[in-house]
Amino acid sequence: MKLTKTVIISRKAYQSVPRRLLLKNARIIDPSRDVDMRGDIVIQDGVITQVGQVNEAAFEGRIIDLTGKVVSPGWMDMHTHLREPGREDEETIESGMLAAANGGFTTVCCMPNTQPPIDTQEIIQYIKDRSRNALVDVHPIAAITKGREGKELTEILELVEQGAVAISDDGSPVMSAEMMRRALEYSRMVDVPVIGHEEDITMTEGGDINEGYTSTCLGLGGIPTVAEDIMVARDIMLAEYTGARFHVAHLSSGKSVELVRQAKAKGIRVTAEATPHHFSLTEEAVRSFDTNTKMNPPLRTEADRRALLEGLKDGTIEVIATDHAPHSWEEKEAEYQRAPFGIIGLETALGVSLTHLYHTGVLTLVQIIEKFAVNPYRILNLPIPGIQPDVPANLTVFDPEAEWQVKEERFLSKSSNSPFIGHRLKGKPFLVINNHQLFFSTL
Amino acid sequence: MRLDRKHLLGMDGVTREEITTILNTARSFREILERPIKRVPTLQGKTVVNLFFEPSTRTRISFELAEKRLSADIINFTAAASSVKKGETLIDTVRNIEAMKIDMVVVRHSSPGAPHLLTRVVDANVINAGDGGHEHPTQALLDMMTIREKLGRLQDITVALVGDISHSRVAMSNIYGLRTMGARVLVCGPSTLIPKDIERLGVEVYYNVDEVIPQADVLNILRLQLERQRQGLFPSLREYHNYFGITRERLEKATRTLLIMHPGPMNRGVEISSDVADSEHSVILEQVTYGVAVRMAVLYLLAGGKSEIN
Ligand SMILES: [Zn+2]
Repeated sequence: MKLTKTVIISRKAYQSVPRRLLLKNARIIDPSRDVDMRGDIVIQDGVITQVGQVNEAAFEGRIIDLTGKVVSPGWMDMHTHLREPGREDEETIESGMLAAANGGFTTVCCMPNTQPPIDTQEIIQYIKDRSRNALVDVHPIAAITKGREGKELTEILELVEQGAVAISDDGSPVMSAEMMRRALEYSRMVDVPVIGHEEDITMTEGGDINEGYTSTCLGLGGIPTVAEDIMVARDIMLAEYTGARFHVAHLSSGKSVELVRQAKAKGIRVTAEATPHHFSLTEEAVRSFDTNTKMNPPLRTEADRRALLEGLKDGTIEVIATDHAPHSWEEKEAEYQRAPFGIIGLETALGVSLTHLYHTGVLTLVQIIEKFAVNPYRILNLPIPGIQPDVPANLTVFDPEAEWQVKEERFLSKSSNSPFIGHRLKGKPFLVINNHQLFFSTL
Repeated sequence: MRLDRKHLLGMDGVTREEITTILNTARSFREILERPIKRVPTLQGKTVVNLFFEPSTRTRISFELAEKRLSADIINFTAAASSVKKGETLIDTVRNIEAMKIDMVVVRHSSPGAPHLLTRVVDANVINAGDGGHEHPTQALLDMMTIREKLGRLQDITVALVGDISHSRVAMSNIYGLRTMGARVLVCGPSTLIPKDIERLGVEVYYNVDEVIPQADVLNILRLQLERQRQGLFPSLREYHNYFGITRERLEKATRTLLIMHPGPMNRGVEISSDVADSEHSVILEQVTYGVAVRMAVLYLLAGGKSEIN
């Protein structure tokens, strides 16, 4: 049912960081510096001044007790769809940043499939203007080809100089091998990754869900895993041939995980991400015909899901990213075939990841933090936020043991298209701090 | 026996007892259809909407006749899904109709799951009259009734479904229903028209009709959608007919009297030759008669009726 959400799209929800702030009794995990300790953090004027044991009695300023909670470097979602410009009814840069902060993220990278797409300096500038002075840092990802049409390269050098951190035609694959080859070759000059939405669309036309037993039972169009595998294999070969950096978006097929693993072993410069929904749900979820189970790539089989867990565990998949894709209720409350692909993910990623990776023993907290707060920065050539003196405070605080139920009315995204509504999760965002601001999660 | 369910969305999950109840009730209704006065007051005062978003003269007429025989008030809504005017969704259409206080909805739609979507927005009983390539439960029920009336049972009968299995809601519903009733089910067609992992539903897959015919008690020949050729799923009607078309010559390989069924409308000379369609083995016209009886039974039972009627 549709809910009239009173979204607090107002800066009031953000607070400025007190001049002196003490984060007390936390478990501090900073994987890039091999830190995993219990202690306190002092922040003065937005900058970390002390990490260790602080005498509370002698401290003047605001104190937040973080007993039982984890402080980590600020989390990044490197695969977010903010719908601005074009579909501000579904998400704006402002509401997307709010959803990110609520979900425990301090940085998002926004994909270029807006209307118009991010293929000119003007749009990059627009996004930067709209996200200026916010708690959440927004980094645009520019289109590979003009209009995302797969025909002509965008002005990649200039777009990168203006602030694009990667290039991608996400939402669509680059179907021409020649075009992809040139994109990789050209991007190598600035060493940004080319992010591939891997789908051979000649094989997926009319597809709604994973091709297999469930699509057979439900009579829905199939999207075969091999359509993903073919493109992953092709682009790995092109990355090897050109020496450029290739990043696979939203891996969903077990076979593709294996292809990435083999490529890495050969020293090819390939990195990969997986989404929380692909490693926690399977095509079985589609049986309800709930359109919030419709996304591209689709939910796959249990064997694929297990392969993703294996890839996350052995480091083949170094990033967890949400593919946050807001859609209006009107569009999603429709016949399955007519509903658009995509689900939101910013506000459930942390809970789903801790529930399905940490509490099941697949990954340690340190490994999860690496996949959200270290590796994405590294891949995108951005400084990794650290927890050490003289560094601006860019922090994510979460409670790994808190149990909660996902409720639609708690989302701060403008959209509510989540298959996790009603799910009970263990692990909850608590607080984010960045750019002199702080935000307590309202989930 | 009553039917303890609100909707009939598919044969998946319908139990053996439920199927038996529906088929027994349908048999009683069939007797009523033989009487000079064919109308019973069972659904008097109830309003049924036939919501057809896809053209289907046969199924709609069959449901309408069933509803008339049960004395229901009938509203017909027919529109191609594509012509539902822009901005107005299936849901809007149904909400408008529901404001008219209806009791039952019979829905045909090109999109799998459309009937399931309706159950989330309307209070009425929903009957799936075909949703894309998903299910068509009343067709499977009438097919099963035809087999049971002709052969006396469903248990251990071998039924072969021949043709485009991939896009066939009739095939899917038949597979669920027949397997539940203990029949052996073979599917046969070009490999490009057999969907992935279909074996997991407990059927055997064949690509050669001539291997299937000697084993079968029933051939249920599915309609070939001619657009599948354009999609590159088979090369030509000629080749299809030569290798998968059911002809009198092929039927000579049968080891026992075969029942020939077809859900209609037929492409004569493609999946079935005329001499087979019109032969003594063909029960295609009986299927139409049983269709009305089965639909009366489903409407009656979902409305809360008991299987004993008079
Ligand atoms: Zn994508």
